[in-house]
Formats: sequence, C-alpha cells, structure tokens
Amino acid sequence: MTRFLIRRIAQSVLVLICSSIAVFLLFFVGPGPDQVARAFAGRLGNAQRLAQIKHELHLDQPLYVQYGHWIWNALQGNLGYDYYKGEPVVSAIAAAAPATISLVIGAAIIWIAYGVWSGIFSAIHPRSVADRSFTAAALFFYSMPTFVLGLSLIWVFAYQGSKFTTFFPFHGYVSITQNPGKWFEYLILPWFTLALVTAATYTRLTRSSMLEVLGEDYIRTARSKGMSDRRVNLRHALRAALTPVVTQAGLDIGTALGGVIITEQIFGIPGLGWTAVQAITFQDLPVIMGIVMVAATFVVTANLIVDILYAVLDPRVRY
Amino acid sequence: MTETNAVATAGAGSGGDADVLLQVENLVKYFPVSSRGLFQEKLYVHAVEGVSLSVRRGQTFGIVGETGSGKSTLARCVARLYDITSGRVIFDGQDITKLSQRRMRPLRREIQMIFQDPIGSLNPRRRVGSIIGDPFAIHGTASGAERKRRVQELMERVGLNPEHYNRFPAEFSGGQRQRIGVARALAFQPKLIICDEPVSALDVSIQAQVINLLADLQSEFGLTYIFIAHDLSVVRHVSNTVGVMYLGKLTEVAPSEELFTVPRHPYTGALLSAVPVPDPDQSDERQQIILVGDVPSPILPPSGCRFHPRCPKAAPVCVSTDPPLEPRLGDGPQHTAACHLPMAAGENLGDFHPSIDETERIIETPSILLDGDEDGGVPGATSVGGSLSQSGEGSQS
Amino acid sequence: MSMVPDITATEASASGAAVVSEVSAAKKIEGRSPWRLAYERLRSDRAAKIAFGTIVVVILLALFAPVIAALIGHGPNQQFIDIGENANGGPVPPGGTFWFGTDSSGRDLFIRTLYGARVSLVVGVLATGISVALGVVFGLAAGYIGGIVDSLIARMIDVMLSVPFLLIGISIAYIVGASEWLVIVIVGVLSFTALGRIVRGQVISLKQKEYIEAARALGAGPWRIMFVDLLPNVMAQVIVYASLLIPLAIVTEAAFSFLGVGVPPPTADWGAMISDAAGYYQYGYWWYLFFPSLALLITTLAFNIFGDSVRDALDPRGGGLYV
Repeated sequence: MTRFLIRRIAQSVLVLICSSIAVFLLFFVGPGPDQVARAFAGRLGNAQRLAQIKHELHLDQPLYVQYGHWIWNALQGNLGYDYYKGEPVVSAIAAAAPATISLVIGAAIIWIAYGVWSGIFSAIHPRSVADRSFTAAALFFYSMPTFVLGLSLIWVFAYQGSKFTTFFPFHGYVSITQNPGKWFEYLILPWFTLALVTAATYTRLTRSSMLEVLGEDYIRTARSKGMSDRRVNLRHALRAALTPVVTQAGLDIGTALGGVIITEQIFGIPGLGWTAVQAITFQDLPVIMGIVMVAATFVVTANLIVDILYAVLDPRVRY
Repeated sequence: MTETNAVATAGAGSGGDADVLLQVENLVKYFPVSSRGLFQEKLYVHAVEGVSLSVRRGQTFGIVGETGSGKSTLARCVARLYDITSGRVIFDGQDITKLSQRRMRPLRREIQMIFQDPIGSLNPRRRVGSIIGDPFAIHGTASGAERKRRVQELMERVGLNPEHYNRFPAEFSGGQRQRIGVARALAFQPKLIICDEPVSALDVSIQAQVINLLADLQSEFGLTYIFIAHDLSVVRHVSNTVGVMYLGKLTEVAPSEELFTVPRHPYTGALLSAVPVPDPDQSDERQQIILVGDVPSPILPPSGCRFHPRCPKAAPVCVSTDPPLEPRLGDGPQHTAACHLPMAAGENLGDFHPSIDETERIIETPSILLDGDEDGGVPGATSVGGSLSQSGEGSQS
Repeated sequence: MSMVPDITATEASASGAAVVSEVSAAKKIEGRSPWRLAYERLRSDRAAKIAFGTIVVVILLALFAPVIAALIGHGPNQQFIDIGENANGGPVPPGGTFWFGTDSSGRDLFIRTLYGARVSLVVGVLATGISVALGVVFGLAAGYIGGIVDSLIARMIDVMLSVPFLLIGISIAYIVGASEWLVIVIVGVLSFTALGRIVRGQVISLKQKEYIEAARALGAGPWRIMFVDLLPNVMAQVIVYASLLIPLAIVTEAAFSFLGVGVPPPTADWGAMISDAAGYYQYGYWWYLFFPSLALLITTLAFNIFGDSVRDALDPRGGGLYV
C-alpha cells in the first residue's frame, strides 16, 4: 500500500511539473519576450516601464533560468504580480476562489443527490414511466449547453419571476460571510444551471452501474435468502454500484473547481473562471498563468484523492 | 547447467547434414515473473530448459506433452516469435538465433505456423480472402487481381470454396477455419510448418479431415512439419519421429513406432497406459499407471530428473543428477531417453515403488504462487490420462 | 511417404464428401457480417430514425441556406435598417417578412439561423475528425508499442487532462486571433484524449490475441499490424465515441463563440447570436435568444440520440459485434 501511495503521489507531482513546463512554454515563451513584457505591463506600459519589467522578469536570461525563477516563486506562494490591477496574483486568486468553491460545491451536492437518486430509482424500476422520464430528461439536459440553460433559467425565473418576486437575482455574488441569505439567493440559479447539465451524466452512470450490480449473482443470493428488497438494494447493491459514481464525482469536482467559465460569466460570479476570462481580455498574463496552474493543481489533487480512495475501497486496485 | 545431449533426429536412416532442415541446440527460454517487491529475487518460468533436436527435410517431427511442458513455447522460439534466452536455432544452415525481427522477415516466408485456436487465430473483423492474402501483401509479392487469384487457388487447394473469398471467419465452421489457417501458412510454400496443436480444438471427425489435408500437402509440396499435440494417437499417426516433453525438457525421442512399442522413459510409459484402447477386453486387462501429484511449477522445477517426484521408479540418483538424453538399454542412436532407470521391454510400471523418501516427493509451491495469482492446483492423485487423451483441451505450454 | 498411409479409399472419399457437404451447407446460410447485423439493429430503432431524420434535415438546411436566402431575398449579413429595426433600434419580432424576426443589427434571424448551422456542422465534424485521427494514432501507438512510447503518451494525456484546456484554448484564440480553423483545431485537440485512452485500452487487451501473433509470424511489421489488424477491431468503439463527440464539438464551438473567441463576426454563428441576444432579451426581445438556442438544442439532441442508438446497435450486451 505504501508503495502504491508513493508511486501515485510521485506520478501526480510529475504531471504537475510537466503541466507547469507546458504552461510556461505556452505563455511565457510563446509570444516572445517583448510581447510578454508588454502583456505583463498591461495597458500601462511605456518603453521605460517595459525595460524595467523585462529585467524584473529576467526575460533577457536563458529559458531555464526564467522557468526556475517562476517555479521557485510559485512554490513560495508568489505567483507573480498583476501589473494591470496592481496586486499580487495570489490575492486575486484568493479573492476569486471562494466564489467558485461555493458555486461548485453547492452544485455538486445537487447534482450528486439528484443524479444518484434518479439513477437508483430508474435501476430499481427499469422501463417504468419514471425510468423513461428520467432518461429522457437526462438526454435533454445533457444536450443543452450551459449557457442556453443558464439564460433560459434567468429568463423564466428572474425576468418573468420578477413580476412576482424578487427572490431570484441573476447577476452577481454575495459572499457567505457577508450575508448568508443573499449568498444563497444569488447562487440558486447558477447552482441549478451547473447541476442540471452535469446531473444528466450521473443519472445514466448510476443507472447502468446499479443495473450491472443488481444483475450479479450475490445479489440474487441475498434475495433468495429472504432479505427484503429494500435492504438488498440499499446495503449491498448500492455500495458496489456507487464506486464509479464517486470516482466520477471526484474528477468532475476537481475539474469544475478549475473554472466553470461559462456559468460564472452568465451570472456575473467573480470566481476563478470569470477572473481568468477577464485576464484574457486584458492580456493579463500572470493572472492567466496563475489560475491555470491552480486549476491544474485542483485536478491533479482530485485525481490523486480519487485514486487513493479507490485503492482503499478495492484492494485489488493497488499496483 | 545442461549437459550436451545427443541430438534427437527425425527420419529413418542417417543422411548428410544437408538433409537437416532445422537444428535446435540447447534451447533455453525463461520468462521473468513479475516480482512483488523491489528486493525480492527475480523468479523465472523455466519454460524450455535445454532442448536439442533436429528435423530432416520432408519429415514430420511430433512433439507431445502435457499442459505446461513447454511445447508451445518451444514452437514459438523456433519460429522466432520469442527471443531466445540461450542456445541456438539453425534453419537451413543459417543461425537464426539472434536475428533481429527485420532480418527475420524474408525468412518468415520459409517458416510458418498453424495455430491451435481456429477462432482466435483469425481476425474476426477481416475477410477471409484478405487474411489468406496477408503473406502476399506483407511481402509485396502479388497484388490486386493476381493476389486474389492466388488466394483462391490456395482456398481450393485446402478444400474451401473460393467463392467465399469475401466472408468473415465467423461464417465458417471450426474445421473450415483451420483450413483457412492452413491456406494462409501455405501461401509461400514454406520449407517448415510448425503446427501448434492444429486439431486439438476440433471435433474428432473433423480432425481426420484436417490431418489428411496436411498429409496431402506434405507429399505434394515436400513440406516439413513440426507437429505439436497432446493427443498421442494423433501424433503417432502423423509423425516420423516423436519427442516427449516434460517441464521444459525432452524426456524421450524415438521413431514413431518404436516409441509406442518400446518406451524407455517411465513418463512415456504412463502416458501410453492412459491412451484409451477401443477393445474393452484389452482395456480391462492392462493396468493403468496413475501418477501421483501434479505437474510441478516451472518456476521452481525439481532438482535432478524433473520427473522424480511422480516417478514410480524414483531412486536417490534421480534426485541428485539430471539424466542426459542418450540411447539407453542398447537402443540405436535414433532412440534416446533421459532416464537413469529406463524401462525394459515388457516391464510393468505398476510393480515398482519409488525408493526415495516421501519428503523428496513433496513439491514446494513457490510463494509467489500462493498469493492467489495462480491456481495452485488440487494436490492428490491425478490420472495422467485425464489431461492428455481428451481432445479439446486447451494447451498452455 | 512420411505420413502413415492407412487411410483407405472409402475413408478418403467420405472425408472428401464431408468437406463438400460442409461447404455447400455454409453456402446456403446467408452470411451476414457483424456490421450488417448492427446496421439492421439500428434500422429498427425508432428513436434513431427520428434523430437521423432530424440530422439530415439540419444538413440539408445548412447546405441549401444560400439557396433559401436567395429565394427569400435576404442575405445573412444584410442589415435592414429601415424595416429590420424598430423605433428604438432594437430587433423586430417574427412576422411576414422576417420569419424569425431580426437580430440586434436588423438582420434576418431566420436566414442567420440557417447559416449558423453551416458553421456548427463544419466545425463539429472536422473537429471530431481531428480528434478521431489523433486519438486513434496515439491510442494504437501507446497500446501496441507500449514501453517508453506508452509512458510518454500517457503522461502527455495526463497533462492535457489536468490543465484547463478550455481556458488555454480561449487564451490562444485571444492572443493569436480567432478564426474558424483555429477553433476546429483547438476543439479537435481538446477532445481526443478520452478516445485515445479507450483505443489504448482496447489495443492492450487485443494485443494478446492469437491472430496478432499469427500476423507477426507472417512477418508483419508493427504499423501494418496496428492499422490492418488492430484498427478494424477498435473501429466499433471509435465510431460510438465519435458519434458522441460531434455534439460535444458543436457545443464547445458555440461556447467559444459565446465567449467571443469563436468564428469572427459577422459570420452567423449560434453561439455568437446567443451571446449577443443575452443583452437584449430582458427587454422582451425573446425571439433573438429563442431561435438560435432552439436550433442548437435540436441539433445537439439529435446527434446525441443518434449516437446513443449507434452505441446500442454496436453494444455487446445487445448481442452486438463482440459476440
């Protein structure tokens, strides 16, 4: 087990290193030192400032030195300086992160709950009206792009609904520490936008996984022993069926934390995705790189956790 | 580790060296076993342990053995599908032991293989004409209409309807699929065809057809065969010379009839006693030799003569010394056996008891197998006949 | 004679006769290839037929968009300042002249929606083509060649999956300047990883099969084995995945346009239209948002349903190709 842990963690670190190199080459090197300096200076650069930045960022030195500096700083928690906004990148990220986390975790709770429950229900009552409806709904929402769903929800609830209630604001974000009530209000629609689209895959995944497990011999044995259906389903089948779902959830959450760009864009939630898009519009390189690396770290960590959990639950997996 | 064995030869009479198509000298093939930890010693599967033989042109060398005896591995080593751990393979005067795959390519027209599993050896997603035409495509000798014509010729030659050129393997019966395999191997009229249990997976009635086909082709094209099987009666029917393998070594080699009438090695004797005899009276009269124990694991083969844990005649010398493969009891050079206490004519193995300690006969199962990776097998008396004379038994050797 | 000739004449003719009867029996059974079986299964699937029909309609509409535009007399980028905009400069609702109404610049929304299909389909199909090509090549190489090649490719895929490629794609598009070809390439590269993994997994399990060994015994080189022997056996999975990739590519392209980095204006594009409409629909100009969204939804839904049916037709559980 320890061998497995070490090997797996080493793998994750390797992936992160490769990712950082790729990101570095892409952004730092790709455009060329002049472009980079200009980008870093944002829109405020003049010739003198450019030269200063060039020097500060070691752009006149060989590549591996530049990389070394960047990585070294990053590891110490310094992801660069946002010349445009005039603040360190880390604080920009730290300011944006809670919004994304609130959005993703909240949505995750909804989509997992709904997806798993509907999947189980469908599996237990296959080919029933409910099953077909769930499957149809899953197909429908899966085919809907996030922005279409988001805008539709806004139109239905916020615009039309505003004639009846002011409950559904549709733009902006309030931190939970400021005002929990408003925090909830502002996030309801974004949660459902994100959740409905993702839940579709979970319904299908849970359903097929559950069906597969229910067909296994040991379930049939439990039933023939006289165990009630409910017990069989909940205690035995569910545990086995949920493993792929849990893994998928872990991976999805990890990826989502890296920036649910479109949802944040539509609802004006200043999370990581939104910040990144802003940065792209302003060609704010350090912020872009910082967010990309943070996102990659989220994904790699999520992958690692999921793999370890899997190995803990299923001893056959350890290699 | 292996002494120089007298080379087992196929064919009656001893001709000059130009007659020998294939010469195998002390072939050794080990497979590494994936170890569980960084610091555990490396274990190897001793699949083939020093086999020497030679095959003359136009003859058939039969190889018989149980599952795990190494016969399929031997076949693949000769065909250079595997790299050889040590030893030499000399084909038509050329040492092919260390040739790279690229250098082997032209030689592949001369050495071909027919596989056991008629389903598995044909790509289910390709049409039969394309499969048989593969040799022409790979070596670039014929294309387009010319290729199709030659493929259809081959199909006809092996007894298939050339109009089924565009069918998929699933649309053919087992016997027909095996004919497809034969047709494919035949494309270049290779000098040597290695048949790895070509009829084991077929119904008995179909077996006869395929064997007859192989016989016809041999006389028509002057082919040389290495014929591997676990069914003794089949091997007896088709071969000039037969070699018996056990745990990676040849235990006895003799011209076909001699092996069956005057076996020297106790293992051969036990095998023969397990072959079903049609006459019920005769079957009642003879005594079946039942060998105790299982075939040991090829990872930790027994010391000395590998057969000693199961041999009714085992003696201390059998535990300590590995017997070389040589003529015994006054036999001619064509008949060799690797045994310290070979059977004399008319000897009945049932009368013998091993003269070694019981502890010597207990085979230690390597720890690597105890972790549940492999089936350790059920210990106890196993009739040798059970694993040999049934047709359709898959071979894992 | 090397083989013992104890086959009597009668046995020989009997075995010969058996061969002939075997052959003629096979002739009577009409052989159906595995693809044929799948196709027939697909044909009997009603949902598949409806979905396929929808796809055909969309394709036809896209193809003939210029013809329709000419017939109606409205070009896709033609701005009708006088009749196309209302008093406040906003869009005009659906009516006689403009079947879907107009957009914010007074252009015929119906025609633009039709033209939008062209972009979506072209990008969707081409991007999927790139994904398939990349996924197959990398999957085959990683699976069959193994070793270092496999490790390298696996690491590369890991990196690609970890890094938020959408963000990077957007950045690249922004820095370099958006164009249709750039979107196609980015979307194609974004999506090949999953397919590569699937192909690799399949190849690894197929590698052990005897017919691969037979091919090596014949002297086939690795490339020939990969593309002639292995590829047909993974095609089924590839097709299933490709049919699901197309709608994904369409949606991703729309997302790119939505964020402003897709096909450059004034080309009609559903994502761009939706993005623009977002600023208008709160004032009651619902049709501007509605029609492109509906078109996008219908197209994606049709492809998804069809892809599902393709998978069911090829699925092993349904007694498909992997019998």
